[in-house]
Amino acid sequence: MWKLLLKIFQTGILTEKRGRPLSQTHPPGFGKSLAIRHVDAGSCNGCELELWALENPYYALSSGGVKFVASPRHADLLLVTGPVTRAMKEALLRTRDAIPGPRRVLAVGDCACNGGIFRDSYAVHGGVDGVIPVDHHLPGCPPSPDELLEAIHHAFGSSPPSSE
Amino acid sequence: MDNRNPRQSLPGLCLIPREDGIPRALFPQETPEAYLAQARILESAGGRFLGLWGAGDPEPRICTAFLLREGLFVLVLPLPKETPSPTFPSLSGFIPAANRFERTVRDLFGFRPEGLEDTRPWIGHDLWAVPPLSLPPGSPVPENPGAGSSDYPFVRVTGPGVHEIPVGPVHAGIIEPGHFRFQVVGEKVLRLEELLGYTHKGVDGLFRNRDIAWGARLAARISGDSTVATSMAYAQAIEQALDFSPAAGVRALRALLLERERIANHLGDLGAIGNDAGLGFALSQFGCLKENLLRKNRQHFGARYLFDQVTPGGVRTSLDDEAIADLLEENGILLEEILALHKIYDDHGGLQDRFQNTGVLLPEVAHRLGLGGVVGRASAQAWDLRADHGGDPYRRFPPALALAHTGDVAARVLVRFLEIQESLSFSRALLEHLPEHSIAESIPDNSGPAEGLGIVEGFRGEVLAWVRLAPHGVIEAAHIQDPSALLWPALEIAVPGNLVADFPLINKSFNLSYSGNDL
Repeated sequence: MWKLLLKIFQTGILTEKRGRPLSQTHPPGFGKSLAIRHVDAGSCNGCELELWALENPYYALSSGGVKFVASPRHADLLLVTGPVTRAMKEALLRTRDAIPGPRRVLAVGDCACNGGIFRDSYAVHGGVDGVIPVDHHLPGCPPSPDELLEAIHHAFGSSPPSSE
Repeated sequence: MDNRNPRQSLPGLCLIPREDGIPRALFPQETPEAYLAQARILESAGGRFLGLWGAGDPEPRICTAFLLREGLFVLVLPLPKETPSPTFPSLSGFIPAANRFERTVRDLFGFRPEGLEDTRPWIGHDLWAVPPLSLPPGSPVPENPGAGSSDYPFVRVTGPGVHEIPVGPVHAGIIEPGHFRFQVVGEKVLRLEELLGYTHKGVDGLFRNRDIAWGARLAARISGDSTVATSMAYAQAIEQALDFSPAAGVRALRALLLERERIANHLGDLGAIGNDAGLGFALSQFGCLKENLLRKNRQHFGARYLFDQVTPGGVRTSLDDEAIADLLEENGILLEEILALHKIYDDHGGLQDRFQNTGVLLPEVAHRLGLGGVVGRASAQAWDLRADHGGDPYRRFPPALALAHTGDVAARVLVRFLEIQESLSFSRALLEHLPEHSIAESIPDNSGPAEGLGIVEGFRGEVLAWVRLAPHGVIEAAHIQDPSALLWPALEIAVPGNLVADFPLINKSFNLSYSGNDL
């Protein structure tokens, strides 16, 4: 046990300071924290790797008041990755509908923005816009954690979305 | 088992060793009977079934891959061209793992597996009115008006107290989509059945009529965590088709990239497994180590996850002396950290209590399923292409095989720890002896049709690629096979008997790809 504690002590705090904390940017209608429901609508898992990276101590997403939640009922932001496969369309619609307003929709990655390399396939809808209205787009294959943080803050601090 | 020469018991099937990796070849079969007989011979000779896929016009066929100690054998059964829904003999009677592959071929191409009793759709979810790949490339695929109206017929367990837990396709976290159906009594899982196909993106259809470079970009996006492995398998397949052999420097850099992908994924998995067992410390520590490695990737290769680094004919980036020195330093630091964290894992009673005897996949079951990869090796299945075959550079610095015998979560954790250490010493040897830094050559043109195979040991297990080229580098058909498709059925066997609450831990210890399975 002491080895574990020693390791924590030796590691120290690695979180990098960047940007403004959410509490200074929160728009009316949200509290001082942001809850994100992520839906993978058929991505290759590359974007998910970077979403996972946001939770590591360098980016420490949750220390800024942002967290990924299991239930769409608890969410403010719907974050979608993948080109939206035919098989995921209904699940995406149902998840969106279960999120109470005011809500935002953020499409992450080239696939979610326009279908990416899978655009011409019979099996995809060619991006989230083809299925539900999107408030913010973040292209990239995959976008870096810094770009993701920026986009999440931007989506959170923006004026009321068009989809409301 | 250790006989690497072609055996007399495999009539007509002979493999020639290759400089760039595993001996591999396609063996056309003239009749369905010959195909069936040859598959039985390969299976009874100890061959592991690695996958089965189809290809449509202009040369409709079924391809079935077996891995033996000698190398990779792919049986090709040509199908009649003018018949609308040709039949092929099902292998699922003696190779249960063929079930989902044959259902996939039926869903996508409309080829009918004769003798397969399971008539349920698989990857296709009954979404289309006609099999999408039975149509010419680019033509619109009519949707099935009745799609989604009926539930997938899961096998149900009945009896007093039995209830069902449906999970997915949207899961509680940052996870790919898929559906799990648990039949449960109290806290205990009686049966688990998976329904996958939610991430089906029509990859085999997208390959058709594209050029080699576009195909390489697609091959890199089969499963984001295995981008080096799938790119490399694809590059090998193209190179075999064009009878091209990459330079020693290219082979060494590819091997290095593959190990960096393996280490990054194993680090991520070890952290996530520890976290699922309640040790948040693990997620933080391994998360940092992984992030450090990704940043080095970005610095020296220009991409955190090494997307598009391996291209047919070469690699994208070379390393100068400064970069090599930096990566050697990183290598030493990481090894020290891993040894320290391994000790902490081993000494942590609470963690070991969750790991041991959880999600047991018995060695005899793993053997019967023909498993390889981390999951197979954790259940005593001694297969690792890097250790078994050793094309260059593996022959020069042979990595040792990591093996465990208990088949539980603890074994899968142990195999990952051992593999990281082995990967680090192999990477060190590569960096210290990197041949001349030529990174890419232009691949030759082909005047006639050409066909090739590629296979590499990805971080989960064997990743396979097949391409068929029309003249002048146009892809007629291609297929990439992630090992997940073979490993998903193993998860269905490892989970029953465990608590529902242990499912996330067991699932994480397998860490299978949905996208690589659904294609």
